[in-house]
Amino acid sequence: MTQLALVIDLNVCVGCHACVTNCKEWNTSSPTAGPMVDQNPYGKDPTGTFFNRVQTFEVGEFPNTETVHFPKSCLHCEEPPCVPVCPTGASYKRKEDGIVLVDYDKCIGCKYCSWACPYGAREIDEHQKVMKKCTLCVDRIYDTTMTAEERRPACVRACPTSARLFGDIHDPDSEVSRAIRENGGYPLMPEWGTSPANHYLPRRKTKLRIREDELERADNPLKIDQQLPKPGKAEPSLDDVTSW
Amino acid sequence: MTQQSVQEVKKTTCYMCACRCGIRVHLRDGEVRYIDGNPDHPLNQGVICAKGSSGIMKQYSPARLTKPLRRKAGAERGAGEFEPISWEEAFSVLAERLGKIRATDPKKFALFTGRDQMQALTGLFARQFGTPNYAAHGGFCSVNMAAGMIYTIGGSFWEFGGPDLDRAKLFVMIGTAEDHHSNPLKIALSKFKRDGGRFVSINPVRTGYSAIADEWVPIRPGTDGAFLLAVIHEIIQKGLYDRDFLVQYSNAGELVNCDEASDEFGMFLRTEVPEEEACYDPQDKLWWDRITNKPVVTHAEGADPFLRGEFKINGTPVKPSFQLLMDRVKDYTPEWAEGVTGIPADTIRRLAYEMGVTARDQRIELPIAWTDSWGKEHDTVTGNPVAFHAMRGLAAHSNGFQTIRALGILMSLLGTIDRPGGFRHKVPFPRPIPPCARTPNHPNAVQPNKPLDGMALGWPADPDDLFVDGEGNPVRIDKGFSWEYPLSVHGLMHNVITNAWRGDPYKIDTLLIFMANMAWNSTMNAVEVRKMLNDKDENGDYKIPFIVVADAFQSEMTAFADLILPDTTYLERHDVMSLLDRPISEFDGPVDSVRIPVVPPTGECKPFQEVIIELGSRLKLPAFTTKDGQRKYRDYPDFIVNYETEPGSGIGFLAGWRGKGGEKSLRGEPNPNQWEMYAKNDCVFHYELPKSYQYMRNWNQGYLEWSQRNRITRYAEPILINIYSEVLMRFRQAAQGKGFSRKPPAHLAKRVETFFDPLPFYYDTLEAQVSDKHKYPLAAITQRPMAMYHSWDSQNAWLRQIHAHNLLYVNAHTARVNGIEDGDWIWVESQWGKVKCMAKHSEAVEPGTVWTWNAIGKAAGAWGLTPDANESRQGFLLNHLISEELPTCEKGSDRRVSNSDPITGQAAWYDVRVRIYKADEKVGAGETVTEPQFAPLKPYPGQTERKSIWNYFAGRKGGAK
Amino acid sequence: MHPAFSVVFLTTLIGAGQGLFLALFTVESYAAFGLLPLQSDSFYAVGSGVALILLVLGLVASFFHLGRPERAWRAATQWRTSWLSREVIVLPAFMGTVFFYGVAHWTGFNPELAELPSGAPVNITAVLGTIGTVLAFALYICTGMIYACLRFLREWHTPLTVINYILLGGASGFTLAAALAAVEAPAVMPVLAGWALIITALGLVGRVATLIRNARLKPKSTLQSAIGIKHPKIVQKTMGMMGGAFNTREFFHGASAAMLRSIKWMFLVTAFVVPLMLLGMGLSQSAGGLIALAFFIQYLGLLAERWFFFAQANHPQNLYYQSVA
Ligand SMILES: Nc1nc2c(c(=O)[nH]1)N[C@H]1C(S)=C(S)[C@@H](COP(=O)(O)OP(=O)(O)OC[C@H]3O[C@@H](n4cnc5c(=O)[nH]c(N)nc54)[C@H](O)[C@@H]3O)O[C@H]1N2
Ligand SMILES: Nc1nc2c(c(=O)[nH]1)N[C@H]1C(S)=C(S)[C@@H](COP(=O)(O)OP(=O)(O)OC[C@H]3O[C@@H](n4cnc5c(=O)[nH]c(N)nc54)[C@H](O)[C@@H]3O)O[C@H]1N2
Ligand code: SF4
Ligand code: SF4
Ligand code: SF4
Ligand code: SF4
Ligand code: SF4
Ligand SMILES: [Mo]
Repeated sequence: MTQLALVIDLNVCVGCHACVTNCKEWNTSSPTAGPMVDQNPYGKDPTGTFFNRVQTFEVGEFPNTETVHFPKSCLHCEEPPCVPVCPTGASYKRKEDGIVLVDYDKCIGCKYCSWACPYGAREIDEHQKVMKKCTLCVDRIYDTTMTAEERRPACVRACPTSARLFGDIHDPDSEVSRAIRENGGYPLMPEWGTSPANHYLPRRKTKLRIREDELERADNPLKIDQQLPKPGKAEPSLDDVTSW
Repeated sequence: MTQQSVQEVKKTTCYMCACRCGIRVHLRDGEVRYIDGNPDHPLNQGVICAKGSSGIMKQYSPARLTKPLRRKAGAERGAGEFEPISWEEAFSVLAERLGKIRATDPKKFALFTGRDQMQALTGLFARQFGTPNYAAHGGFCSVNMAAGMIYTIGGSFWEFGGPDLDRAKLFVMIGTAEDHHSNPLKIALSKFKRDGGRFVSINPVRTGYSAIADEWVPIRPGTDGAFLLAVIHEIIQKGLYDRDFLVQYSNAGELVNCDEASDEFGMFLRTEVPEEEACYDPQDKLWWDRITNKPVVTHAEGADPFLRGEFKINGTPVKPSFQLLMDRVKDYTPEWAEGVTGIPADTIRRLAYEMGVTARDQRIELPIAWTDSWGKEHDTVTGNPVAFHAMRGLAAHSNGFQTIRALGILMSLLGTIDRPGGFRHKVPFPRPIPPCARTPNHPNAVQPNKPLDGMALGWPADPDDLFVDGEGNPVRIDKGFSWEYPLSVHGLMHNVITNAWRGDPYKIDTLLIFMANMAWNSTMNAVEVRKMLNDKDENGDYKIPFIVVADAFQSEMTAFADLILPDTTYLERHDVMSLLDRPISEFDGPVDSVRIPVVPPTGECKPFQEVIIELGSRLKLPAFTTKDGQRKYRDYPDFIVNYETEPGSGIGFLAGWRGKGGEKSLRGEPNPNQWEMYAKNDCVFHYELPKSYQYMRNWNQGYLEWSQRNRITRYAEPILINIYSEVLMRFRQAAQGKGFSRKPPAHLAKRVETFFDPLPFYYDTLEAQVSDKHKYPLAAITQRPMAMYHSWDSQNAWLRQIHAHNLLYVNAHTARVNGIEDGDWIWVESQWGKVKCMAKHSEAVEPGTVWTWNAIGKAAGAWGLTPDANESRQGFLLNHLISEELPTCEKGSDRRVSNSDPITGQAAWYDVRVRIYKADEKVGAGETVTEPQFAPLKPYPGQTERKSIWNYFAGRKGGAK
Repeated sequence: MHPAFSVVFLTTLIGAGQGLFLALFTVESYAAFGLLPLQSDSFYAVGSGVALILLVLGLVASFFHLGRPERAWRAATQWRTSWLSREVIVLPAFMGTVFFYGVAHWTGFNPELAELPSGAPVNITAVLGTIGTVLAFALYICTGMIYACLRFLREWHTPLTVINYILLGGASGFTLAAALAAVEAPAVMPVLAGWALIITALGLVGRVATLIRNARLKPKSTLQSAIGIKHPKIVQKTMGMMGGAFNTREFFHGASAAMLRSIKWMFLVTAFVVPLMLLGMGLSQSAGGLIALAFFIQYLGLLAERWFFFAQANHPQNLYYQSVA
């Protein structure tokens, strides 16, 4: 059984929002997800439907502060609480690849699924009045008219730091499984047993240790110039003043 | 719907920022459906950023100007009252006015351009016109970075070089938020981290890139010079410098005259007087050889100079410049620097050791054979894998030039210049120190109906290169290349309006502003400057008589125009990113690129390039006219293909597919099919140098000769690193009344003498020197948000949802001490002005610093936004607090100087000092808004309707569903 | 959560409607067993009519909650998993039952269908009433479970939610029934008012128990678990958008803590204390007016209670939406 997912590497995410707007851009004109409404686009409090948001948190106190950029879209939970509650069956999880989707033609916009999602990953389209969320770019990843490179989610392709990995977390040899395994990948809010398919990779620190003897070495160039200049032979010396 | 709709993919180059990534624009029925990164592009390799991904919303923005507009008779400037006119009318008005100016006094026409990428063309136009008054954004941007590095190592960060993160082990980033190398740097950073590299960020603020640093080193703004000098102190003290590198490739061993009484004090000793005034560094200086214990000509066979010591030659005391550097940094101890920078001395020491030990012990040896300038063959290229990157955190201070010199020297001490894992050049750099271009040095270079006799911008090598008159007064309106800012190699655009308004040094007639928002974010003191733009003399005439603005959007600046020329967007025009300008070269060789229109121009928009060609032709400027006075180029694409710098030079704007059939690179006859060939090749030309030419290029014989053969440089002489800068010393010498060159006017002698120190030194920023630091205890700075480009993205429906307004970030402790809670309304006050805004607590900012995102705040009604939009009601512009001028320290003088680096004229944006206090808002007294506020602008004729609900869907007319 | 008025009205209106029906059938059952005098059909008919009106109003209110009401029928398809879907099925079934129950009484068409071993007759209304009772309870459970089943809305995720829906709906329904009885069937008024008193008192107990329980809740999700970083001090700086989003509008009431507190006291007084007093007084003085007033005030109190019920539920998603910058 396949479970497609994103793995987001907080170790390299710089919070650039490329995944946010590229997702919006891909989906706004996509027949499966678009358009993605914007309200007051040029007025007070502009707001719109996005599938992905990047947030920023500060951890710790100055000067021991970590600034963490945190992208979040639907986590495509393996036990998605949003699906069973949907009264219309508009929300469903695909057996073949584990993607959680909304069928916009069935959705009645009751918002109940969004209440059932602890992650705030669903956003209603306030104009079309149906619930929307990340589709894991289902309209890209199976589109055989695209090249293999293109058959990846828009946000993954856009991400300049390749902080977003995409693949099957049930395949132990996939890039995402390896990343989770080897880099301490973790799910969000594990306390709810939703088994989010998307995982996050934590910050990793590289440190350098300098040992004392590395500073006191024989090949120290100071030693070369240490042989300070010899005085000229004609410079004054004791020879000039005494004969003992 | 998908059946009938026509889908196309066209390739071009992004211009949502200066990075210039390759993009693919997907169209549906002629409307932009999607923009993604071009995977085959060398720069961005398929990725794209938040701005690039929002190109659709720029293309269809209601802020777009779509018709040429003329200020309505009787309407005030700034009120934004316009009437549409035809292009023919616009051109005839302009041609007539400019024709008259050109025939009388060309310098009365000033052309200044902002964050554009066509300085080669605009510069050519200005020079052909004959005006010295031309510059682009560099002066208010990062000229300190360009000049500080180029005058030291012959290359620079910015577009001209960068950190080789592929091979680096330690990466130190200083004062960078989101620079011109946006996507490539992000790509490189993550690879670097994943490869286990160690990343240290030195910055008062921890956001963006700094967020993912392994170590964040908070520093007080403007004090990096102290930090770097202390690191240099430690590196030298512990013997962690690369001696061999310094000896061979820098002037560290060259002997400097230390006889204070001598006219030659501070100059290198030379074996002979150079016979020609050529622009390279002749090999005529001396070392004191360790082996023979005698002075010898540098690089003499078998010689090895002392780097330390003091010697006498014919009675003249001399020292190697390295010794002078040691003397200089003697007192710059980490303990001293701790007091200045706020960084603990132990941290400074440890960082110095990390750099030194990594550079020495993790050395890379690549099997690449090359020959140096002295004919010596090397089997390998070595690298000391410590890389630096720095940008405006260093540059935008009035002590930035010397700070950046210190950085260049530190990088050189570590032996990391153009070596694997260190700093790498990008063609057309390295160049001689300084590069050869010169401005004229006399007012006579400006003559009616003649091109300017020299370049409008250049690289002074000594006081005789200054562009001043007999009294030493500036010739340029911005006072560039004058004694006030001798090395202002990018001009001082930020002073143009104030100077023109005051008529100091003279009045001008027409000011043409292209792609710069000079009534807002690229001006300091915006409130006053806006008044100047609208100010009239006793006769009721505008002090700046005629203002033309070429822009694509309804910016704050357009409101002050007499004539608005609506430009196309980047998706609608031809454009070149030329080697004559700032190309997108890679470490491995030159790269240039083009834009090719993917959609037709909107409304009556016309590419500014075409405007230039048209005006050049109408004014009959020689470069745009045939011998018999006819128009030479049909249009801009035609110009690009056929223009040669000189007849038959084979050098044009584009380096790719030259020669009749496109068989030549870099040089060659015009190729009529050049555009098609670029189009076929992802709009980019990438010339990969042989491996042996890719490193050590300052001294790489093969590379330098290649570069000379291809006329990238005139000379193939080695470019020695200037640990000690004789160029600076020449200015100091003149200020001390010595030497043969011109001397500064008396009131500037002290200034020049102080700041033109041939070795880097630390001084308090000029603003701090004239500030009461107890009254204004905090430094206020801005940062680039990654999802916004300067002021021009508030019209973008998607990007403005991410940054709708800005707040002032204050260290939580500092805020509490001042009684300020998270979210409180506060006043931020400098000596020069005050703004009201909201405060945001943060643990990621140094306690003595406050900061905000740059240029998010907007004037009401501008940018196609409603007057109640968050940008104007809750957003604010820090520029209101920054003065474009400072009082001089001279007693009893009301003279002012630009608020800039005294060496380069770099705008000192990040020097401003402020205090903050709670604004006592009466509860329930209505909506609180930021201050200052400006009268709301109304939309101009030709702007499209603002939608209140937008369901953009490409291919359904107008995107609406 | 952001209390949507559609849902506040839906749940309070149908709750009262269900309660009213249960009250009617209680009286009829008592009568069947001879515990109370037989009442006129019109009492049941009018009562059913009022209950039906409440149910219809509730249904109408519910449509305001739907983005796409024209597709509402689809909501009946997922009864296997969705309490909301179950509610969507049970509500009309219940309404139909109430309708026929009312019609049977109104028309007097009430043939005896069977006889209990005890000899008591089993009429159509008895059958309908029994079915209605089952459905009324089923509906309470569905409604309650819509909220109680959301396990990370911990203020809701308790049997008390269902119990409260039953008790509060029952209390208001019985109070209303008592008020109606004061006009239509004075004889049963005291019994109904008595039950109303008891159920209201139980409701108070249940609601207070819930308040106490919720006050003790420690959030299970924290910023630490939300973003997976272990550090006692984490503060959000930006939530990724500045003009707001669905996530900032739907899941937070937007009121101040003080406002929340005062609403709590307000509903405790108006939904319970005052009605209890009025019911007591009405009962002792046989004053139908006081009982009608009790219903009126109690209903207002329940609106406040329901507002509070939603507002108090702290959705873990709010951890991600705390800061505009
Ligand atoms: N406080 C503070 N001020 C700063 C800075 C800072 O860090 N802090 N940074 C400074 C720096 S480094 C810079 S470079 C300047 C930048 O300042 P500017 O060069 O003024 O840049 P923008 O504000 O982006 O404005 C450029 C103008 O170009 C227009 N434009 C956009 N696209 C096109 C186009 O295709 N054609 C034409 N014709 N016009 C177009 C926009 O509408 C806008 O009016 O700001 C400086 N100002
Ligand atoms: N997204 C986006 N990208 C851009 C631009 C944009 O507007 N938006 N603008 C482009 C332009 S024109 C330019 S010039 C580049 C500029 O690129 P950067 O130089 O990266 O831009 P700034 O935002 O000025 O960043 C300055 C950084 O220096 C820090 N800083 C300020 N003072 C000091 C100091 O004294 N010491 C140290 N160590 N740090 C300090 C600030 O906190 C900030 O992080 O970016 C380019 N790229
Ligand atoms: S993240 Fe939310 S919307 Fe997505 S599957 Fe999980 S519960 Fe459902
Ligand atoms: S909003 Fe749509 S998808 Fe969500 S529960 Fe309701 S019907 Fe299902
Ligand atoms: S996978 Fe696709 S839909 Fe989901 S966030 Fe990424 S771009 Fe958006
Ligand atoms: S695109 Fe990548 S780096 Fe940028 S915010 Fe998204 S995940 Fe982070
Ligand atoms: S970095 Fe600049 S050029 Fe590259 S995609 Fe982003 S906006 Fe476009
Ligand atoms: Mo800049």
